[in-house]
Amino acid sequence: MSAKHAVLTGEHFMNGDVAAAEGGLAAGCTFFGGYPITPATEVAERMSERLPEVDGIYIQMEDEIASMCAILGAAWGGAKSMTSTSGPGFSLMMENLGLGFMTETPCVLVNVQRGGPSTGLPTLVGQQDIMQARWGSHGDYEVIALAPNSPQECFDLTIEAFNLSEQYRMPVLVMTDEVIGHMTEKVVIPPPEQIRLTPRRYTRRPPAEYVPFATGQDLVPEMIKFGEGYRVHITGLTHDERGYPVINATEQAKLVRRLVDKVRRNAERILRVEEDGTDGAEVVIVCYGITSRVAQMALELARRKRKRVGLMRLVTVWPFPEARIRELARQVRGFVVPEINLGQIVYEVERCAAGQARTLLVPHAGGDVHPPEAILRAIEEVLS
Amino acid sequence: MSPSRTDSATRNASPTAPPAAERTALRHPKDLLLREDRLPHIWCPTCGIGTCVASFIEAIAETGIPEEKFAVISGIGCTGRVAGYVKLDSFHTTHGRAIPYATGLHLAHPEMKVVVFSGDGDLVAIGGNHLIHAARRNLDITIICVNNFIYGMTGGQLAPTTPHTARTTTSPKGNWEYPFNVPHLVASCGATYVARWTSLHVRRMRQAMREAILKRGFSLVEIIAPCSTLYARKNRLGTGYDLMKFYHDNCEVRHGADTKELDIEFQQKIAVGKFVDVEKPTFLDRIGAGRKK
Repeated sequence: MSAKHAVLTGEHFMNGDVAAAEGGLAAGCTFFGGYPITPATEVAERMSERLPEVDGIYIQMEDEIASMCAILGAAWGGAKSMTSTSGPGFSLMMENLGLGFMTETPCVLVNVQRGGPSTGLPTLVGQQDIMQARWGSHGDYEVIALAPNSPQECFDLTIEAFNLSEQYRMPVLVMTDEVIGHMTEKVVIPPPEQIRLTPRRYTRRPPAEYVPFATGQDLVPEMIKFGEGYRVHITGLTHDERGYPVINATEQAKLVRRLVDKVRRNAERILRVEEDGTDGAEVVIVCYGITSRVAQMALELARRKRKRVGLMRLVTVWPFPEARIRELARQVRGFVVPEINLGQIVYEVERCAAGQARTLLVPHAGGDVHPPEAILRAIEEVLS
Repeated sequence: MSPSRTDSATRNASPTAPPAAERTALRHPKDLLLREDRLPHIWCPTCGIGTCVASFIEAIAETGIPEEKFAVISGIGCTGRVAGYVKLDSFHTTHGRAIPYATGLHLAHPEMKVVVFSGDGDLVAIGGNHLIHAARRNLDITIICVNNFIYGMTGGQLAPTTPHTARTTTSPKGNWEYPFNVPHLVASCGATYVARWTSLHVRRMRQAMREAILKRGFSLVEIIAPCSTLYARKNRLGTGYDLMKFYHDNCEVRHGADTKELDIEFQQKIAVGKFVDVEKPTFLDRIGAGRKK
């Protein structure tokens, strides 16, 4: 495979779904298992066309459950792998996403969010899966979820998602949405040498000295590829460092604590937010994805009215920037949280604000984006 | 094989027996492919799964393929535990999902021999959709389906393979559903190798497993195996030994039989044999051909 085919260096006019596919290819993805679903289908279509060009494998699985399993299997076969889906498919993937966390398998899942619940609004936008991304699979774990707000970021953050998945050995979620997925804009793809890639953390130890889930300071075990003589056992059961099932409270605490801590302890390193005018602001809008672009308009309308308003955009929705919200809560009068749902991230903001600043949700049920005026009204209400 | 046996061997050792360090060199050859540090296993006395694993280990050796090129993928259930006992790259996945996992592994790493080793409930009920699609695609993977007619791990519930009228904890008055005929199911979906034996037929089973592993294409070996703790007890069929005796008296070898005729009725004759062995381009062959266009 040549980087020339994988990385389409140059300026393009492409939609967010296609850009996410190109981001995957640029990150070295060679396996895509998917299932058609609006509004994520274009990711799969692009991959079906492009993966053969880089000697990769595209397979359309029989459902989203199978897609999620197939990318986990491919990862242990040595491939960088990804899938994409939307609401109903995301629900179907939850159990095996959990297997990915439990077995510490690097891979990327792109969720182009649409309105729900159930079949909901297949062709129209929602941001209603943000808490599902955090808690959707059963059991305790931590996730990393990125929220692009443009086709360019669909490209960039899909690469970033692959890097994080290799760094922390876990599935990473790209939580885009129907508007970003179907929005066509300029996407600049840099030359391959300018794209920073995190390689898989393969062990250098010989099989006799390799302990599959033993870790050092950063709590991330070294990986192997099947077929190299390591003879590892991987299981979704609670397991010890050897990977062997151990069904007791001690090993459970050890394993689950580590799975959670490998993200929590590195949260500040993983976190990415963008801030605009938050210093000295009286109100800060906390937003992510497509809503951050609508909030930008509200921000400008408020500033024209000489309101001291700032904006914080969550590039990583998970982990959540707890410390920064706590800090801002001591400085501002309130937070305004517009989301295309009836309240999800607002609860995180409220939790971190801990009564020190008012937190006001600007709900929107989905189907289209907020009118900027609704966000402006919320800003004015906080200031009144 | 199990620590308890080692202990008793130690206790009974005569004063002239060689010291322990020398005796370890005399381990049973099959033990080399078992994770001895995980034994004893969880299976009940007279369960058929252990026999299947022993035959599988012999079959691997007979293929001549290096052991490190094998991967064993299991789902959940009694047979799902096989992945945890074989000393090979192995993955114990979620319930029903061994096949899509194997699909990803096989396609990403085609040099590996990917064997799915799981039970009837796992492969044919919750994983049924994956089974038929893997057969349809003619993926070059091998499925070993241990069929004991019941859900063992959860305590003896109805399976899609439970024979009509058989009792389980969720069909206490007898099963009124039509069970799946597994060989016919996969053959109709395009499987290139299909055989059925019982855990009594150790030599035939081993041979079938070897042929299935070496088959280029989707292969499935169904092994009818006794579940003495649940199936035999619920149906008053005696012990695992009695079920083995039943297989001995009631199996009919019918190589090449029409798979339509392979239904299993409660305590009736069981047709065994090799039913399908055909050549057909695999999924990867066809991808290669498609790319040349």
